[in-house]
Amino acid sequence: MHLPSLTIEQVRAGLLGREFSAVELATEALRFAEAENDATNAYLRFSPERALASARKVDEKIAGGADPGALAGVPVAVKDVILTEGVTTTCGSKLLEHYVPPYDATAIVRLEQAGGVIIGKTNCDEFAMGSSNENSAYGPVRNPVALDRVPGGSSGGSAAAVAQGTAVVALGSDTGGSVRQPASFCGVVGVTPTYGRVSRYGLTAFASSLDHIGPLAKTVRDAAVLLRAIAGRDPADSTSAGAPVPDYTAALDGRVRGLKLGLPREYLNDLTSETGDLIARGVEVLKKLGCEVREMSLPSTEYAIASYYIIATAEASSNLARYDGVRYTFRSSHSDTLSDMYRNTRGEGFGPECKRRIMLGTYVLSAGYYDAYYLKAQKVRALIARDFAHAFQQVDAVVAPVSPFPAFRLGEKVNDPLAMYLSDIYTITGSLAGIPCMSVPCGKTAEGLPVGMQILTRHFDETTMFRLADAFEKAGGAS
Amino acid sequence: MKITEKEVRYVAELANLNLTDAEVQKFGHDLDQILEHIDKLNQVDTSGVEPMAQVLYDAEETATLRADLPVPPLGNAAALANAPQPGAGYFKVPKVIER
Repeated sequence: MHLPSLTIEQVRAGLLGREFSAVELATEALRFAEAENDATNAYLRFSPERALASARKVDEKIAGGADPGALAGVPVAVKDVILTEGVTTTCGSKLLEHYVPPYDATAIVRLEQAGGVIIGKTNCDEFAMGSSNENSAYGPVRNPVALDRVPGGSSGGSAAAVAQGTAVVALGSDTGGSVRQPASFCGVVGVTPTYGRVSRYGLTAFASSLDHIGPLAKTVRDAAVLLRAIAGRDPADSTSAGAPVPDYTAALDGRVRGLKLGLPREYLNDLTSETGDLIARGVEVLKKLGCEVREMSLPSTEYAIASYYIIATAEASSNLARYDGVRYTFRSSHSDTLSDMYRNTRGEGFGPECKRRIMLGTYVLSAGYYDAYYLKAQKVRALIARDFAHAFQQVDAVVAPVSPFPAFRLGEKVNDPLAMYLSDIYTITGSLAGIPCMSVPCGKTAEGLPVGMQILTRHFDETTMFRLADAFEKAGGAS
Repeated sequence: MKITEKEVRYVAELANLNLTDAEVQKFGHDLDQILEHIDKLNQVDTSGVEPMAQVLYDAEETATLRADLPVPPLGNAAALANAPQPGAGYFKVPKVIER
């Protein structure tokens, strides 16, 4: 077995062909991940007991001739905002340093039912707030492709784990681009499914009208298999959708001839020249595959950042109110009154980015500002969603860059929060509309830095998204 | 200036967030910049547009309902396991009422 390049299909073949057992694979993945972690800090914690217990079950099923599941024996890394019963879950925050969840997220339950083996929890920006993974209370993650660069954020640890190959696939969460942007920066596949496609029960809430759980993988096929395993209605999350979950892999047949694709001109203005060239070459590849690409307009795009950073911070200020020193492990040790306890716990516990967002969110919701900010932002959000609805009357998918630039250097942007927010422009629009979107590797810059291509489709049409991404991947992208 | 120091301190109070003087300065500056950018929204004509509070798609009206079945609760011990100061089956906090 060659762990760094292993796919779900190869794990299955290896297990069923008795080349290795699930326990052997889990043991080797844990050893490899621990050895690599000094360089990248991708993992905050390993879960050997849980991994080996899952692996043993898979081996028993195989020995008994039973179907071991779609993810049988597959080593999985899980972003540390997704709850794992009995395995410390910090959300990248000092506040939750010792928090041991009393239950599993639904995505975790489903992943393990399908035979997945959780080897550890991955580093991330505190409460998933950030675009570089530099906001973790446990130190930044380094991009395995170039160790002096960020892996992107906020699911930076999950993207790095997959890029290293220490995990075959990973779970991340995406509120404004937190799966797609790190996938682009680390050269892996990252998927944000339709809003509601995957239950958020057990996902620590950041901005509830925008939060998603999504897969990261080395290949489009693996991402599709993982998504199918975790998707579908969950009675524990009333926002999860009842739409049937198709077998996405059946659509990975290369039949993309005649697909109509839109290339929004608003997404091409602020790219670095290398990113722009790679996207242009990627579009040529799609044309060679027989897709019809037309330039189009999504006119409300330039207002997306403003709308998003009002809605997301408003919801965050409310969701993070629960960290008050009463229930969740951390309490400031020097407070005599209840109100001091709240204020000091939060003042000492939250890092700078969380404080900034709590402040902004509280401000825009405060008396006298609600209509001017929050309500206005929700109306603009409706216009952004309408842009996509109009687009999908004419095209089957929208293709676009993921980020204006490839992975930047650690520390390069930490002192300019607005600039960091502005770099989320191309991923935020899809999040606001709630449509499925993903990053698939497009090519590399002269320095070898990966650049992702984004594909966006209609609500619940992950099938077309995966079909197109798979054909693009098999064509070798723009490289 | 979109936001004054007094407003920054007021918002921190609302958020139950104890900030140092340096943080008040820093976040005042950051919020100012961000609110400046957010002013862009005033350029957009949203008359007659319904606010979008959540992602909507076609679904039956009962789609968000689940079967009303009893399930075992988490239980007192598990719920208190992460409490910084549990006691007698409760979450303990500093005294709020003077006797």
